[in-house]
Amino acid sequence: MEIPYTVEARPDTGLANGKLGVWLFLASEVMLFAALFSSYILLRVGSTEWPNGSEELSVPLAFFNTVVLITSSVTMVMAWASLKMNNFGKFRLFLGATILLSFVFLVVKYFEYSHHLHAGEGPWHNTYYAIYFTITGLHGLHIIGGIVVNAYLWGPGAKMWQTAKERFTNRIEIAGLYWHFVDLVWIFLFPVLYLL
Amino acid sequence: MDAHAAHDDISSHVKTYYMVFGGLMVLTIITVAVSYLELATPMAITVALIVAIIKGSLVAMFFMHLAHERKIIYWALTLTIIFFIFLMFVPLFTNLDKISGTIPGTVW
Amino acid sequence: MDNVTTAGHAPAGTHAHGHAHAHADHHEQSFVTKWIFSQDHKVIGIQYTVTSLLFLLFGFALMALMRYQLAFPMQPIPVIGTMLGAANAPGGIMLPEFYNQLGAMHGTIMVFLGVVPLAVGGFGNYVMPLMIGAPDMAFPKLNMASYWVYFLGGVVMLASFFMPGGAAQSGWTSYPPLSVITATNGQTWWLIGMIFLITSSLLGSINFIVTIVQLRAKGLGFFRLPFFVWAQFVTSFLLLLAFPPLEAAGVLQLMDKVAGTSFFLPSGLVVGNRPLDVSGGGNSLLWQHLFWFLAHPEVYVLILPAMGIVSEIIANNTRKPLWGYRVLVYAIIFLGFMSFIVWAHHMFMTGMGTTMSSFFQTTTMIISIPSVIILSALFLSLYGGSIRYNTPMLFALAFLPMFGIGGLTGLPLGLAPSDIHLHDTYYVIGHFHYVVAPGTIFALLAGIYYWFPKVTGRQMSELLGKIHFAGSFIFINGIFFPMFIQGLHGVNRRLYDGGVQYAHAQPVLHWNQVMSYAAWGLMLFQIPFIFNFFWSIWKGKPVGSNPWKATTLEWTATTSPPLAHGNFETAPEVFHGPYEYSVPGRAQDFLPQNQRD
Repeated sequence: MEIPYTVEARPDTGLANGKLGVWLFLASEVMLFAALFSSYILLRVGSTEWPNGSEELSVPLAFFNTVVLITSSVTMVMAWASLKMNNFGKFRLFLGATILLSFVFLVVKYFEYSHHLHAGEGPWHNTYYAIYFTITGLHGLHIIGGIVVNAYLWGPGAKMWQTAKERFTNRIEIAGLYWHFVDLVWIFLFPVLYLL
Repeated sequence: MDAHAAHDDISSHVKTYYMVFGGLMVLTIITVAVSYLELATPMAITVALIVAIIKGSLVAMFFMHLAHERKIIYWALTLTIIFFIFLMFVPLFTNLDKISGTIPGTVW
Repeated sequence: MDNVTTAGHAPAGTHAHGHAHAHADHHEQSFVTKWIFSQDHKVIGIQYTVTSLLFLLFGFALMALMRYQLAFPMQPIPVIGTMLGAANAPGGIMLPEFYNQLGAMHGTIMVFLGVVPLAVGGFGNYVMPLMIGAPDMAFPKLNMASYWVYFLGGVVMLASFFMPGGAAQSGWTSYPPLSVITATNGQTWWLIGMIFLITSSLLGSINFIVTIVQLRAKGLGFFRLPFFVWAQFVTSFLLLLAFPPLEAAGVLQLMDKVAGTSFFLPSGLVVGNRPLDVSGGGNSLLWQHLFWFLAHPEVYVLILPAMGIVSEIIANNTRKPLWGYRVLVYAIIFLGFMSFIVWAHHMFMTGMGTTMSSFFQTTTMIISIPSVIILSALFLSLYGGSIRYNTPMLFALAFLPMFGIGGLTGLPLGLAPSDIHLHDTYYVIGHFHYVVAPGTIFALLAGIYYWFPKVTGRQMSELLGKIHFAGSFIFINGIFFPMFIQGLHGVNRRLYDGGVQYAHAQPVLHWNQVMSYAAWGLMLFQIPFIFNFFWSIWKGKPVGSNPWKATTLEWTATTSPPLAHGNFETAPEVFHGPYEYSVPGRAQDFLPQNQRD
């Protein structure tokens, strides 16, 4: 017996296994970041002094990064749409753009981090920087994870397009769901850490 | 599967994706612009969160296709949101309800 | 062991087989891919079972050591004392720091490396796919990864004992500031180990939920699932949504320990007469919230699979359907949901005001309702049954009153006013051990005796099983019942000398020796079990596919150690509910789920 519903949807649930699996994974990720946001709220409300985000961090850089990440979300969904329209070339282009934009995001973050660390404003400096580095650091790790997955699907993984088109398209959709989630977290991170 | 029909189907989606992209850009600009208004903190938080929720919903509904997803996914996410809200606010309420002066360096 | 791959098979076309495709198991699998890095849920289930049983034994051994110190404080431990090393027990006398390490690791190992991996990773992995008629888990590679990440986490935890300064010593609860300011590195390893274990759990829970939703056999609607599967389903949601906050908290505490942050360190801490050189401004209660947000659902993760196992065994050995199947299902769903919103009943003594205390007290009282419903339904299931008193049934029957005691003693703890007196006393230890030890562990033992024939094709000795049961039952009560007495007298938990220094503890100190002898007695009575387990693998009575004459799908798959990859020759189809025992008018007193009327 082979494992069913790896590509085609199960009739009564309307889902393929991978789609359900990734949404459950994202649910757990929501709870992960929930804990960090909850920590932020508790630490901030309890603090005797807490800086305004824009005083400490570079809003222009973060604004740029927000644009970069949202754009990468569009290129990601376009990569999937290209496969649905049977255009492998466009898929390669869009997924490549996604990966490139992800690197841009990380480079900007690197500059941000090193600026603060040089100024002695590391996570040990106060709880504001502690939570800033931890939450953006964890988010950054998720970006790296996404890059690894997307790079694999762009490179060696893309061979599957030759043998199992629908299965490969599903894989891109699933990778896309993860990537959009990473973007979603940043959409909340940006105002909370940088603007409030 | 009719490839032609699928192509048309996706083409209309593509337009939606670009429109959502435009909307997200506008909302991002609004997010930053509002921060320059230097509103009172409770108002600032409310506005920032509302804008973020709108942006997040756009990403979820359209890029993640949540608008057309299955019941079981909605159930799992609803459950998650309930517990998310609990985790956001209950530790805070617990500390607000505390006997004060017990944790040095904080207002608790 | 025989090899059930299809190498050397008759040419395709002569066999109406399900797997006519280029699949890995068509070729000879190497020893490594078949037994070490296997993707077959049955092999992975066995891996989890063996590993977790070893950890349970090790965790038990740690406690056996602690119980010597408690019974005979400051006396050199015979034989083993000198082997512990001067850092832990100079002259064979246990140091307080070492006692604390044993305590913290006993809890951690039993909960995270022993019970949950056995209940979920072992039983869930092996039995659940068979019970739903699936060929395997939805994501076999992820399943394999889950096991090995668990294994790594276990290695890290064990390794922490050998680090300079020893293992974590701030309890399994790891409260800051103590856990952060303790100068040794054991805590850091504990945190790293926990991150591995939590990751393993998350991967597993995703697999379980998708498998149950997507891979049920034809005709197997949700309300025809065996209650065991429902239990695993709800448990997986608990693991999925409750564990991530602890993962986050673990990262935060790790940063406090190695990156100098102050998430949990308040300002102005003075340690060893010197102010601590950190930024301060943190909140120790934040850790408690994040920890207990997981750890309360975690205790339901400990009990729910056990309820599932006991339910199957009771239905089978009463030869009648479970009482109130739908009620059981709704109760367990409600229980799972409520488990997320009771956590701060572990924090009544942290200075919470009356509003929040009342809130958590109320939710805690509400959550006792579905527990009582489930227990009552199981008791009612016995009424009018033709009870067979085999070893699994004896353990399953004992589970009921033992869990009853555990649950009842939870009530004064869940009520804030009485908790003022009982918090952090031995009463708490008695309460939770009653639920986990003669509760869950008895259920897990029952499960081992019950499903052993499915895994090995042989039955364990009934005589040895009954000896194991009798001794375990008596001694386990001997260990944990006196804890209520000591707790009501106000004896604190986590005292390295068992309360010797406290005047109020003097009248009840003698119970320490009773409990220690009971613990060692319990350990002795596991020997017949361990012997039985291994002896029966080779020399046990060979049996067919369905020695217990059960109705659920796992008993229809042909017993052959190991079961073939893919489990079923053809996909089973289900025609009715899981407990069609003693159907009126039928010659046989059971009707398998995949058999039409």
